[in-house]
This record gives sequence, C-alpha cells and structure tokens, in this order.
Amino acid sequence: MLYREAGQFKSSYAADQQLFPILQDRVGVLLLLAVAFGVVPLVAGEYWFSAILIPFLIFSLAALGLNILTGYAGQLSLGSAAFMAVGAYAAYNFQLRVDGIPILLSFIGAGLTAAGVGIVFGLPSLWIKGFYLAVATLAAQFFIVWCLTKFPWFSNYSSSGVISAQKVVILGHTFASPREKYLLVLGIVTVLALMAKNLVRSSTGRAWMAVRDMDVAAEVIGIRLLPTKLLAFAVSSFYCGVAGALYAFCYLGSVEPDGFSLDMSFRILFMIIIGGMGSILGSFLGAAFILLLPILLDIVLPWLAGLFGLPFSNATVSHIQILVFGTLIMFFLIVEPHGLARLWQIGKEKLRLWPFPH
Amino acid sequence: MSRTIGDVILDLQNISLRFGGVKALTDISFDVREHEIRAIIGPNGAGKSSMLNVINGVYHPQEGAIIFRGEERKKMEPHRAATQGIARTFQNIALFKGMTVLDNIMTGRLTRMKANFLEHALWLGRAKREELEHRKKVEEVIDFLEIQHIRKTPVSRLPYGLQKRVELGRALAAEPSMLLLDEPMAGMNVEEKQDMCRFILDVNDQLGTTIVLIEHDMGVVMDISDRVVVLDYGKKIGDGVPDEVKNNPEVIKAYLGAGH
Amino acid sequence: MRFFLEVLISGLLSGVMYSLVALGFVLIYKASGVFNFAQGAMVYLAALSVVGVMEKGAPLWLAVIVAFIVMTLFGIATEKFVLRKLVNQPPIALFMATIGLAFFIEGLAPMVFGSDPRALDIGIVDEPIEAILNRWGMVISKFDLAAAAIAAVLVTSLALFFQYTRIGRALRAVADDHQAALSIGIPLQHIWAIVWGVAGFVALVAGMLWGARNGVQFALTFTALKALPVLIIGGFTSVPGAIVGGLIIGASEKLAEIYLPPLMQSAFGGNFGGIEGWFPYVLALGFLLVRPEGLFGEKHIDRV
Repeated sequence: MLYREAGQFKSSYAADQQLFPILQDRVGVLLLLAVAFGVVPLVAGEYWFSAILIPFLIFSLAALGLNILTGYAGQLSLGSAAFMAVGAYAAYNFQLRVDGIPILLSFIGAGLTAAGVGIVFGLPSLWIKGFYLAVATLAAQFFIVWCLTKFPWFSNYSSSGVISAQKVVILGHTFASPREKYLLVLGIVTVLALMAKNLVRSSTGRAWMAVRDMDVAAEVIGIRLLPTKLLAFAVSSFYCGVAGALYAFCYLGSVEPDGFSLDMSFRILFMIIIGGMGSILGSFLGAAFILLLPILLDIVLPWLAGLFGLPFSNATVSHIQILVFGTLIMFFLIVEPHGLARLWQIGKEKLRLWPFPH
Repeated sequence: MSRTIGDVILDLQNISLRFGGVKALTDISFDVREHEIRAIIGPNGAGKSSMLNVINGVYHPQEGAIIFRGEERKKMEPHRAATQGIARTFQNIALFKGMTVLDNIMTGRLTRMKANFLEHALWLGRAKREELEHRKKVEEVIDFLEIQHIRKTPVSRLPYGLQKRVELGRALAAEPSMLLLDEPMAGMNVEEKQDMCRFILDVNDQLGTTIVLIEHDMGVVMDISDRVVVLDYGKKIGDGVPDEVKNNPEVIKAYLGAGH
Repeated sequence: MRFFLEVLISGLLSGVMYSLVALGFVLIYKASGVFNFAQGAMVYLAALSVVGVMEKGAPLWLAVIVAFIVMTLFGIATEKFVLRKLVNQPPIALFMATIGLAFFIEGLAPMVFGSDPRALDIGIVDEPIEAILNRWGMVISKFDLAAAAIAAVLVTSLALFFQYTRIGRALRAVADDHQAALSIGIPLQHIWAIVWGVAGFVALVAGMLWGARNGVQFALTFTALKALPVLIIGGFTSVPGAIVGGLIIGASEKLAEIYLPPLMQSAFGGNFGGIEGWFPYVLALGFLLVRPEGLFGEKHIDRV
C-alpha cells in the first residue's frame, strides 16, 4: 500500500514530465542522497570508502557513459577503458602543464579530451554498425593504450608510462582522506547522473533511442544519423573520461596505461548488460553487482571448500570468478535482457498492488 | 476548411532505379498536386514502396529528377525531405520499439525543436519550455487519433492495428505538408480500416495535407483517392482519376492476367 | 631486399594461422548469423584438452580424438543451451552472449586442465629450412611452412565438403535464408550443431598449431583478437576472404613492426615497438572506408 500512485493526478504536462513523476520515487531518491551524503560518511570505515564505495561510484559513472552509447544510442563499444585512460592522462597533464588550473576544471578538461577522442573513433559509425563497429572500438582500445605507453610526453617521461596523480585541492582544501574523496566523487557522480537522466528524457535522448531502435525510420523523420551518433560517442566518452580522471585522482593514485585493459572494458560492458541497458539506475546496479560479486566469491568459496574438505587455491577463485561472470552474462541475456533495472521495475509494479495479488 | 486541389508540388520525371542488375523502377513519371490524395497501386513487387522510398530519399534513383516545390534535384536525403515537410509511414511498421507511444510521437517533433544537448542536460529554460509546447501539440495528435489510453504504453506491447495508428501519429506530429502512407490499412479488420480511412480523409480535409498512398484494398483506393497511378513490374501502366484507371485495359490485364 | 622478403614470407605464413582462426568465425557466422567472439576461447580450450589428456599419459592421437569429442559436445551444448534460446534477439545480443561464452570457457578450461603454460609437441620442429637458408640466405621456419600446408589442406577439404556433400548443400541453403531452408525441411538445429562441431574442429587444428608454436597458455585466447581484423578485410561470410585477409594482415603487421618503429623513432624519439597490437585494426578500419562489405563479402541492401 505504500508504493501507490493512485490519487496522484497530473494536472499539467509539466507535472507529468518531471524527473521522477511519482511521489514515492522522488522521496526515495532524496532519501538515498541524504543517506549517501549525510549518513554514510559518518558510519563507514576506511576500507568501505577506498575498497568499495569509491570504485563503485567511479565504475557506475563509466557504466553510465557506456550505457548512453550502447544502451540508449545502440552503438556497441568495447573500448570504454581506453577512454577512461584518456581522461586519467588528460587530467594529469592539465594539472602538470597548466599553472594553477583548478582540479575540477582539469576533470572537465579530461572529459572533453576523451569526448574529442571519442568523436574520432565514432566516425566509422557512419558507415558501419553492430559488431563491425565493435571491432572499430577495439582499435581504439589497443591504439590508445599503446600511444599512452609509447609516447613518453603523456606520462611526463616516467618509466613505462606510470603517472602519479597530483593532490586534489579545491579552494585551498586538500581532499586527502578516503572520506573526503568519497564525498567529492559522490558529488560529481550525482551531478553527472542527474544530467544524464535529463538528457535521456529530452529530445536528445529520443533521437538516440530512435537511432538505436530503427535507424532508417529515424532518418525519415528528420534525424541526421552522423551528428546524433557522434554526440552519443562524445557524451559517452566524456563520462568515461571523467570516470578515468577520478579513477586516477581519487581511487588508485597512480595508474599505468596497461591498467586500462580490454578486460576492464569488458567488465564495464558486463555492468550494463547485468544492470540493464538503457537504464540510468541499471548502470549503478550493474556496477555494484560486478564489483561485489568477486568480493562475495572470495569469502564464500574458501568457506564452501573448507566445508567439503576440497583442495583450494587462489587461482581457482579467479577462474571461478571468470566462469561465473560468463555464465551470468549468458543467463541475463537469455532470461532478462533488460537486467536488474527491469527486475527492480517489476518489483515496484508488484509493490503497487501489494497486498493484493492482482 | 473545404479543400481545393492546387498546383503540382511534386513532379517525378523519368525515374529509374536499379539494385545491382535488378530493375526496380523504369522511366516513371507522374506528379502530385497540392492537397490531393494520390494513390499508387499495382501487384506485389510492382515497385510501389521503392517509389515512396525515392520520393523521400531512402533510395537514390540512377536516372531522373525529383522536383519538389519548384526545386529540382537528382536525389533526396531522408532528413532533408523531413525538414521540408515530407513525412511517411512504412509497410512493415517502423516504430521505435523500445519507446512509449508518447515518446514515439514526440520524435515526430524533433526537427522543430531547437534546444541543444547542453540545455537538455541542464534542463534550462528553453529545453523545458520546448518540451511543454511540443507535448501540447503531440497531445492534440493523440486526441485526434483517439489513443489517449495507451499514451505511456511501450509500442511493442500494442496490437498491430494500434501500432499502425501510432505510426500515423508520429508522421502527423511533424505537421507535414505531404504525407506518404505505405499500405496504412494492410492487415486490418473492417472496423480498423474504416477508422483509418476516416483519419486519412480528416487529415486531408482539415489540415490540407497532400497524401500519397499505397494500398491494396481497391474499394478503399477508388473511394478516397483523387487520382491513381498504376505500376507493374516497375513500369507505369496507368494514371488518372479512379474511373479512368478502372477501365484501363492494361491495368485490368495486370491485375487479372497475373492469374490472381 | 632479401630481408624484406624474409619478413614478408614469415608474415604470410603466420597470416595463415590467423586465417585458420578466422575460418571458425566465418563458418558459424555463415550458418547462423552469430558473430562468435568465443572462437579464440575455443582455440584455447581445444589446445588445453589435448595437453591435458596427454598429461594423463595418453598418446597424441588419442588426445586429439578426445579433444575433438570435447569440442563437438561443447559446440552442441552451446547451440542447445545458449544460442537456441536467443533466436529472436538482435545480433548484437548474440554477440554479447558469445563474449559471456568466452569468459565461461576461459574460467572453466583451466579449472579442468590446469592453467600453467605448457609445451605441445606435435612432431614438427621450429627451425629454419636449410635448403633455403643455404641457397638464398633466408630464414624460413619449417614449422611455419608445415602449418601453412596443414591449413591449406583443411581449407580445401572444407570447401569440398560444403560444395559436394548433402550436409554442405543444406548448410549453404541455411546460410542463404533460414526461413526458406526451414520450410523445405532442412533441420536447422542439426545443421547448427554440425557447424559448431566443424568450428570446434577448426579451433582444434588452430589450437594445436598455435599451441605447438607458442606454448599452450591463456594467450591463445587472443588469437580471436587477431582474427577480427582479418574478418573485416575478408568479409564475414567468405571462406576465401578469411584466407586472403589472414595473409594481408599477417604480412602487413610484420612489415609494419619492422619498418615503422625506426621511422617513428626518428620523428618522435623513444621506443615504438608493439605496433602489431593495433596495426591490423587500423588497417581494417581503413579498409572499411573503401569496402565496408570486405573483399569477398556480400553487399547488403536495407529493405524498408
């Protein structure tokens, strides 16, 4: 009886077009933000911030970026990690080479740089689609990582391309502790997620989805395919770029190009498959799932092995983890192609009727 | 407003279209006058859909010229056709399957919306205002087509007849001056056909929209169209008012001689 | 010039190995429209089964037979439990499912057969052919030549199989038009199972050759990444395309690896090795500009 929209009549189109039209959703989101900003920083420990919450938020942002491109605009990319790398290295270089540049400006610059690179690698989408395009994005993955490794300028001539992120200082305050970094990342991710939500409910988002669902029909109603696709590439890469900058500056501290591997790109793809393609919420759910699963397996598997007295090694854990990822991907594609977000939605619909069965 | 048929607004001259070695259209010429309902008929595979695809630029003919509103060009680009006021529906329903009815029809307004993606992302004044203005327009279309109750339904869950109606709605939302309809009544029952006929006639009559229509139901075609062009094997074999075409021996041969 | 020829020939010969992997993609794509990203993982699984069984004391021939059975069963299971359930999904969903499949194999295979890199001896040595070395002073590997010969035999027999056997004809019919093939009574699922079996066999041959040359290890899965540009150049549906594409990629990436870094070094300074990691992709992208359907692929017309 709690989750009811009965009685909530919309008397204007404006009311019907709000970000979260249902009252309970509005309250829920506000509550969630209040907890994330107000309660979590008080109760969570260092491990939670630096091993779980910060990477969760950063990968949610990257997954959000990929979801814009793949879930909304229908262009499959296997190179998300490379665009994160562009962001990380761009932010580093902005800090290094532009005197006194505010860190937030560097992050935006990182996103814009990644967007520019994304547009270049999105150009083939004019004449190829589907897995042809996926192969083109693999070119981005390999080429970008190679460039960052081989051109020493990008890493300021450090050995094998490793960079150490500069200090994060905003208005004279240094964000040093995991808690402060968490709050910074949370703030950035919240703003960008709300912007993404706005984008996909506007005509920009409709144009993307039209191209995704049927490009010929989209063209016939007046959508120009190339600018629409390139915009998706640009916005998507912007999000990945900012995520990459945060990955270097607020999570790991020092990164190398090889860290942004094809495997990482695949993981981000898995996040949106499991979380839900074409869903902002799904990007967060998927990121949480993919990050937490290995931690869970790490705990459960040795315990299970001990229970049955089986021999056990760390290599086996990592093999099982890969195996489980693969199985889940196939499972979700077969059983619930819209992912966890769809399950959440079904749950809400059930809740609307609760406690009545129909 | 009672309609008066105006001058020629679309003139197709000697159009030929080939796919590899296959000739889809051979040397076809005909024109469309403002405010009229112009039907294209012919047996299966006669090249009717290809003809529509040439008009709005999905296919590019190897020969011939298209003159639209006095402007001559060898080929159209689909998005340009759209901005110049040509809208269309498809034979095999080309709705955006992952979107709701409302969103599908809203896409029909895309060419008229000016806000850019940054304004959308920040939901600034113009983006918000535009969204509301166009929503109002779209709701008019929804009222006109009597589909208020399915506004928020994903189109993939709708039955065939309603999908056809939504597709017409998307085309109408663009407020086109010319509407291309590819078998708008195929696969419908009698009642649905009557509804669709009514919508087409109303659009033509009240908004003055020029309509180019492909349809198999001869009763409907002869009833509602002003002039009919007949294609067979990619060639034009008849052109004129319905009565004229009905009595054209070549047309009769094409329809009966094929053994159907 | 002699050095150039040596690089070119060794490039062409290793290109044949790429062709072999690409061939597995083409077979499955032709028959079922699935772009099977897991082909590289299948190569790994096949090679691992061979060495795994040999470690238990079985002779090579027996290990090969066991591996062949493993691959066939695996193919049938994939068809039955994964692809059949995704029949009406968009191709991109099928593609992503095969990425999942690749992960599945990459997790399962080393759990069963162990993950340490191992050598595989199939009786051909990797040493220069003396006659050529003495006569022209070029280093051409015996192994590469033998591998190329084996690949050639495999491709020829596959071509004959498709052209002249009943199953081959049915398969080509399926590739042309699923619905039509179904309506004249060709059992689609049998055909798909057979194709996955054949693709498994191709993976086995590729796995043994690659494994014997570079050791049986996880890196075998990367052969799929080498095969993708081959497919773009050759076209997804063409067996000859896979061969020619492989040769082009093999030769050009070796030449690029030898001749580009010094040029770049003189321009930018620094060390620019490892170009072969991305060069095939950039080459393939360039190709897409000129011939989006590949060298031998079919041009596709969108019907609306």
